[in-house]
Amino acid sequence: MKFDTVIIGGGLAGLTAGISLQETGRKVAIVSAGQNSMHFFSGNFEDAGPAKERTAALFAAAGVRMSALEGVLLMPMGTFRQASLTLEDVTVFPDEHVAEKALIVNFTGFHDFYGTFLAEALEKRGTTCRIRFVRLPEMEHLRLSPSEMRSVNIARAMDEHWEKVVADIRILHKDEDLILLPQVFGLKDASVLDKIRTALPARVAFIGTMPPSVPGIRTQMLLRRRFELLGGTFLMGDEVTSAALHEGVVSSITTRNLDTVRLFADHFILASGGFFSKGLVSTPTQVYEPLFGLDIDYPEDRNAWYDADFFADQPYMDYGVRTDAQLHAMKDGEPMKNLFAVGSVLGNTRREDYGTAAGLAIRTAFAVADIIKGGNV
Amino acid sequence: MKLQEFTASAHNFEECMKCTICTAYCPVVPVNPRYPGPKQAGPDGERLRLKDPYFFNQALKYCLNCKRCEVVCPSGVKVADIIQSARIKYGQEPPKLRDRMLANTDFMGRLARPFAPIVNGTTGLGVTKALLDMSFAIDKHRTFPKYSARSFEGWLGRREKEQAKYDKQVAYFHGCYVNYNYPQLGKDFVKVMNALGIGVQLLDKEKCCGVALIANGMPQKAAKNAAHNVQVLQKAVDAGLKILTTSSTCTMTIREEYPELLKVDNAAVKDSVLLATRYIWQLLESGAARLKFKENYRARIAYHTPCHLERLGWGIFSTQLLKMIPGVEFTMLDSNCCGISGTYGFKKENYEASQAIGKPLFDQIKSVHPDFVACDCETCKWQLEMSTGYTVKHPISILADALDV
Repeated sequence: MKFDTVIIGGGLAGLTAGISLQETGRKVAIVSAGQNSMHFFSGNFEDAGPAKERTAALFAAAGVRMSALEGVLLMPMGTFRQASLTLEDVTVFPDEHVAEKALIVNFTGFHDFYGTFLAEALEKRGTTCRIRFVRLPEMEHLRLSPSEMRSVNIARAMDEHWEKVVADIRILHKDEDLILLPQVFGLKDASVLDKIRTALPARVAFIGTMPPSVPGIRTQMLLRRRFELLGGTFLMGDEVTSAALHEGVVSSITTRNLDTVRLFADHFILASGGFFSKGLVSTPTQVYEPLFGLDIDYPEDRNAWYDADFFADQPYMDYGVRTDAQLHAMKDGEPMKNLFAVGSVLGNTRREDYGTAAGLAIRTAFAVADIIKGGNV
Repeated sequence: MKLQEFTASAHNFEECMKCTICTAYCPVVPVNPRYPGPKQAGPDGERLRLKDPYFFNQALKYCLNCKRCEVVCPSGVKVADIIQSARIKYGQEPPKLRDRMLANTDFMGRLARPFAPIVNGTTGLGVTKALLDMSFAIDKHRTFPKYSARSFEGWLGRREKEQAKYDKQVAYFHGCYVNYNYPQLGKDFVKVMNALGIGVQLLDKEKCCGVALIANGMPQKAAKNAAHNVQVLQKAVDAGLKILTTSSTCTMTIREEYPELLKVDNAAVKDSVLLATRYIWQLLESGAARLKFKENYRARIAYHTPCHLERLGWGIFSTQLLKMIPGVEFTMLDSNCCGISGTYGFKKENYEASQAIGKPLFDQIKSVHPDFVACDCETCKWQLEMSTGYTVKHPISILADALDV
């Protein structure tokens, strides 16, 4: 099967590159081995840097609204981070004194939202907090199996019953100027967020939960839909098993599901993610990129791969596929002619040029899409 | 040192890292509170069941086996296989008479066929439906699929000589549905293959693929059918034939469930069992054959990918073929389960869940308002026709309609 570009990986980097190419009428296929780390997304595009406006425009066309306000974000465990580009679910505060009084509302039995941590962090910064719980008869069935009291299941119930929760919160609310809620709203339709903000008598902030991330899943669905609407081919649940390489050129790849029907393309983009997504693999003796055997720099001494302090920056997070300046992936010291690497598979190897995390994903995706569109390969 | 080789677990269940993505995409979880969800029913539960079979939960029967959990799993865990294997290994409840009736699709077909006009006339009646509902717990909203008075096998058998005239040949695994309920799909398939210059042969007496037997707690019988089918498929492979299919579920069952769930080795035949859409697409793409379409063919088609086709990853062949027909206006429907899942939706206790699962899809079809819906699955067809009122056609039948022959 012939495409202009085949992208390996259907996460943030793969979809951003795919949409960007498909917007100019190129024929793109994305091979996605299962869902991706968008399902763990905090909603903040860290390091988006110079790509802010462009990202917001691409996402807006897919139906994802964003904001690029300056300020800080309140993270799930009560820490703060600098805001970059954020999904509309995320509230940006001017500073860490987020309010005089805050009402933190959680669902009874929901263990993936840490009200006490939030309260502790906010109290330290001069915000008086009160934690209250709500429960709905419509959600009681989730409690039959405590492990299923998870963000997405609550969100599904909330898609239907959010008004009842809002009514309960209105009763709980006293004189607080801020109401904190877990991000379990608007799984299908983000317009619910604004409706809740309007319906409550104080400023509302939606705070991240433990995974899966409801805003992340919604964003993923909308981006995929946009890609397919533009004519892109999304091969979900399939994985690349081998690639045909010859003199620095990838001519085709083989996937598990399509086996003998190989995917041919002029360009290939590797957006297979980091260790979590198996775009990078480590064994007791080596770190490698499993599809093409691309070059990765890492020390031989395994003890140098990690820091025994669990919370320290881990050296292995820096390991990733080597590229040239135009993000051509390197193999045996030579850049591949038509294979690019984008997103987390780069590790932190391109921090200076493209940043890290979500910023790395979108900025490298745009860079490669531009190179391909410019024919300047 | 290849540590991983020594730590491989059945259906990869040790790879689960509890991310809950499978639960997020499970169609049953939002509609049936009694179902614990794929993570809990699959890898989590497996850990407990390995400790003590006492932990087997009868609620696993609510799993549709739609495989959506496997398609979305980022860690390659065969979640649905874990659940279905657990049902096979630990499931104690013997199947009810109703389940036996639903599961034995070929037996029921053979039984009903000689009396097709009477059976068809009767199953549509309100009084029969009420009776089936009361005595067998087959939901009264459902209409039993019509039985055909003449089997497809008989029809093709009578054309053996005519089909043998073609230089190129394929074998056809038609499945119970084409044979007993809807021979027209088989006839359409033969028409398309003949237009490509290919003759169609029957296998040496295929049996039901066994999917309904697995779902209804009769794995031993399913394994027997599987062993028999692998044998007759092998004969076709030995004769140098590809075996084409029109049912996405039969295909998924033969290719994936035989080794994974039934422990029947299909390695020698697996690669030769292909959906007709895939085979035809490859022929056309390689330029080895061409199809001539009617100049005035016009249709607004909305395509629904059945769950098992999604699992195979072969929906792309159906959609590419449909888009190839001049005059087709194509809409891809969102990836959703229709809720019928073979015999599941026929059961009284599942009716409401079944309709709730399918609702987003029904709503989307109504809003797209196509001339008809395209889909590769026979039971999706019943569900969508009953629930939306739109006609559902198999891509092969659409090709046959659009052909200029």
